[in-house]
Amino acid sequence: MAERERDEVTGTETTGHEWDGIKELDTPLPRWWLWTFYATIIWGIGYTLAYPALPLIHTNTKGFLGTTNRMELEKELKTVRAQRAEKLAKLEKASLQDIMKNDELRAFATRMGEAAFKVNCVQCHQAAGRGAYGYPNLQDDDWLWGGTLEAIHYTITHGARYNPDTNEETRQSDMPAFGEQLEPAQIEAVTEYVLKLSGQEHDARKAEAGKKVFEEDAGCNGCHGDKGEGNQELGAPRLSDQIWLFSGSREAIRSQITKPKHGVMPAWKYKLDKATIKALTVYVYSLGGGVGS
Amino acid sequence: MAEVVNTLKREAARTGDSAKKPEEKPGKLYEARKKIFPRAVSGHFRRLKWTLATIFMGIYFILPWIRWDRGPGAPDQAVLVDLAHRRFYFFFIEIWPQEFYYVAGLLILAGIGLFIATSMVGRAWCGYACWQTVWTDLFMLVERKIEGDRNAQIKLEKQPWNAEKILKRGLKHLVWALIAFWTAFTFILYFGNAPDVAYWFFTGQAPFVAYSTVAIMGFVTYFFAGVMREQVCIYMCPWPRIQGAMVDEDTLIVTYHDWRGEPRGSKREQKLHPEVQFGDCIDCGWCVQVCPTGIDIRDGQQLACITCALCIDACNQVMEKIGKPQGLISYSSVRAYEKLTTGQMKQTEFGWRSFIRPRTIVYLLVWTLIATALLVHLATRDRLRVNVIHDRSPLFVRLSTGEIRNSYTVRMLNMQLEPRDFRLSMVGLEGGKMRILGINKPPARSFTIRVPGNKAKSLRVFVTLPKDKVREPHEAFYFRIEALGPDGKVEESAEKKAIFEAPAK
Repeated sequence: MAERERDEVTGTETTGHEWDGIKELDTPLPRWWLWTFYATIIWGIGYTLAYPALPLIHTNTKGFLGTTNRMELEKELKTVRAQRAEKLAKLEKASLQDIMKNDELRAFATRMGEAAFKVNCVQCHQAAGRGAYGYPNLQDDDWLWGGTLEAIHYTITHGARYNPDTNEETRQSDMPAFGEQLEPAQIEAVTEYVLKLSGQEHDARKAEAGKKVFEEDAGCNGCHGDKGEGNQELGAPRLSDQIWLFSGSREAIRSQITKPKHGVMPAWKYKLDKATIKALTVYVYSLGGGVGS
Repeated sequence: MAEVVNTLKREAARTGDSAKKPEEKPGKLYEARKKIFPRAVSGHFRRLKWTLATIFMGIYFILPWIRWDRGPGAPDQAVLVDLAHRRFYFFFIEIWPQEFYYVAGLLILAGIGLFIATSMVGRAWCGYACWQTVWTDLFMLVERKIEGDRNAQIKLEKQPWNAEKILKRGLKHLVWALIAFWTAFTFILYFGNAPDVAYWFFTGQAPFVAYSTVAIMGFVTYFFAGVMREQVCIYMCPWPRIQGAMVDEDTLIVTYHDWRGEPRGSKREQKLHPEVQFGDCIDCGWCVQVCPTGIDIRDGQQLACITCALCIDACNQVMEKIGKPQGLISYSSVRAYEKLTTGQMKQTEFGWRSFIRPRTIVYLLVWTLIATALLVHLATRDRLRVNVIHDRSPLFVRLSTGEIRNSYTVRMLNMQLEPRDFRLSMVGLEGGKMRILGINKPPARSFTIRVPGNKAKSLRVFVTLPKDKVREPHEAFYFRIEALGPDGKVEESAEKKAIFEAPAK
């Protein structure tokens, strides 16, 4: 090795690097620093042996501690569940009204309901229950089966038109297919009348005829009410507002009279526990459409 | 600076100080640590250091035990970092996480404070205030009380492991460990009610994190102040490197006045060479022996010098003994040193005027500005706050009546310790009304809600606007909250802007 330059003042060798006349000293590192470096290497080896580390062809080294991040997560979740158990028990015992009155419990139920909603409900009802074509909006004040805490709880528990043979408590409503009972002209007329009820553009003459079909020939008012105000007992939608499950267009109304579509909602009692259903109820109620207290 | 060092070096080489000659062996890659046995010294700066250390340690160890009554429901610890409830209490000041800028401001003040101190008096922080220095001093004191002073320590070090050595060393490490433990234990007291934490800690009921913190911090204290010592300052701390940028010709540094001291020579050498005109330095080596980082200040300013000024104390004692004026080693700036060297100045004189320089003025100005802004802000801060989150899915809902509804989460913060009535009202959005979930009252434009002290209350607020009142798709309005006093008078208020979304016409 070539003789290295030595700094005159300090007596230390230089690295040979020079910037604008300033030279870098090659000051020896402290010995303990070297030991620290070796210690980190030993630590690294130990770590590799202790934890899953090296990929093999079909699997990987498992590590003698026998733990993985997934197992750590399981443990943490277990702790969280244990911490939650107390509140869950309270939630299970409390009535829906009491939950709403207790700030802390309501906040807990809302959070829990929100999480459960995101897993189980958004597929149809969309994010935050904003609804979609054929799937009711849960934020507005127009309810098919009622928007009180009890009604929401019942609907979630038993579902709608869900295996009525074994699940007798399910929400059940069947609008007949009037295409088989009414003449095309009658259907045409009653469509205009429904348009009129909801305050949309319509053919006044046909609507006049449709009123007769609505009230006498087909007896629509039996479920939907004389003014189309609907009936939540029977799950008959209100026809007098601008909110439609499917669509409020002439074609859609005609199609629904001729051969109605019937949505199905699962009965969640088969899948979710009581506390979760309560939490979902509180969450849906709190979205803004909740009725009464 | 390099010039000064060079002068010193050349001087040293000329006077035949062979120990400082560059080694001719090829450079080593690693250097074994040279054990330092600092000698005890007394004097002006030693006294100052003990005084400061007592004050700093006193504050640290006693502060968490001081009580401060804040009324029922609030902690009565004067200084408390309440992580669980996210509050910071400092005597009469209470800080919420939202007000973290006060802490950030304090940190900036501390940073600039360091700049000011460094540009004026050099590494005063390192020499007097840094916990590494303060705790190392304490550990060295323990060491001296048990093992004796420098010479006794060296003797003990060379001694084989007999009963005396085992006893003395064991006792020393035990006392060190106790100090380290109490230091770490005191640290956790700042994060919970001190008497409770202490009770839980010693009865095994404290959370794991309390024990692990004490273990880690205790070990670091013991290891850094007992074992690593000057290695921390020389190799681990970034501050000595940064300081280079803050030091200038007027900054005070510990300086050996070679113009007065050189050529140095012991009394014996002086007798042997009567022909040489010796300087004041009698090469007794005291300044080196007392140095906690083991350097020779006569080599000039260097990175390892933490300006603890113990060499000044040592040299002054020697100068007094041999009847020479004090100040062979003194706090002096490079400018003063050069003037003294060239004879422009006759003796070391301390001038306050050197503190007033553009650099220090700018630092002081910035520091004062920030401090004033913080104080004014703190004195006039609101103790209530409102936050509004607009529901985004969906932005608006059409109701069966044709009305448009927007939903908001309104969070009201009562930052006082007593519960208060807050009036929440809408400003703007003519024709709009609100309803609050859980409050069974008809829609209105204003509600009064009780908010517990030191708490935030979240409300779900539904704002509806009749269809014919919809003016634009995004209409701005405000949620205003007013804190009402017991007599119904508005004490303070806050507003938050919100947007009402509606379908485009």
